[in-house]
Amino acid sequence: MADTALAPPATDVHAEEDHAAPTSTGLSNDKLGMWVFLGSECLLFGGLISTYLLYKNRLPEGEIGPDDVFDIPFTSVSSFVLLMSSLTMVLALSAVQRNDIRRSRIWLLTTAMLGATFISGQVYEFTAFYREDLGYTTNLFSSAFYTLTGFHGVHVSLGIVMLMSLFVRSMKGNLDSSHSERVEIVGLYWHFVDIVWILIFTIVYLFPQ
Amino acid sequence: MSTTPVTDTGDAPHEAEPGGHAHPSDLSYIKVAIFLAIVTAAEVFTYFRSVHGWGDNALIVMLTLAMIIKFYAVAGWFMHLRFDNSLFTRMFVAGLVLAIGVYLVMLTAFELFA
Repeated sequence: MADTALAPPATDVHAEEDHAAPTSTGLSNDKLGMWVFLGSECLLFGGLISTYLLYKNRLPEGEIGPDDVFDIPFTSVSSFVLLMSSLTMVLALSAVQRNDIRRSRIWLLTTAMLGATFISGQVYEFTAFYREDLGYTTNLFSSAFYTLTGFHGVHVSLGIVMLMSLFVRSMKGNLDSSHSERVEIVGLYWHFVDIVWILIFTIVYLFPQ
Repeated sequence: MSTTPVTDTGDAPHEAEPGGHAHPSDLSYIKVAIFLAIVTAAEVFTYFRSVHGWGDNALIVMLTLAMIIKFYAVAGWFMHLRFDNSLFTRMFVAGLVLAIGVYLVMLTAFELFA
């Protein structure tokens, strides 16, 4: 009898996964953890942007510099694409929160496609620069530029992987309003990547050289 | 694979977390995106110097302001910092302020002593 009374209740693994125990703050630890992670990412990108600012004008006479290679109209279109992906991401979250599964799939996939378009643009840009003899080790400017924008590109690519994993979960029927926090956390990461590009686009591409 | 039927069209704001406010509606997000697109277009316009003829310093000030406005719009609205519990804001701003402080000192040191 006593054994029966003390036995723990049978638990649903998925239910445990989706409804975490109350925390001392009353807030989700996963979400708080993502914000702390994004705060630490500020230091990573801050370091890369500062390095670029230090090195962009330290060019020997006659070397290829930013003015020689940047294609601002092209990069502006890429920036616009990434900016709009933030809108589709937040619409995906909104759809999941109200349990509109069909729309959430459409918006998640659209966000991933917009991200892939941005990455394709970056690959095209890097290839064009390389053909103009601006390699990774050509000069300090090129090393700092490729490192900064390359790191950002890797972040966008990771974001696309996360979005596609959410999409696959949704197609398997494992993503409804009870899982909206997962979408929100991936969304926070995605918006942060967009914010970093807002800084890079202005500081690297638009500031007078 | 089943799709749950819904009646909510997204015009109503969503529920808030403890210590937060309700999230905005889809229409509000679209308005913010249009605003961001307009600011970006204005930023790109500054690249065509033969049209406006502004000096470097004026350009840097204007572009920095536009960048901060866009940063605030994305963080505040799309990332819900304006609506969620302030602890999230504090965590993010702590990293941001630390990064700005450290790298301003670093840039200043390299400019002065390099």
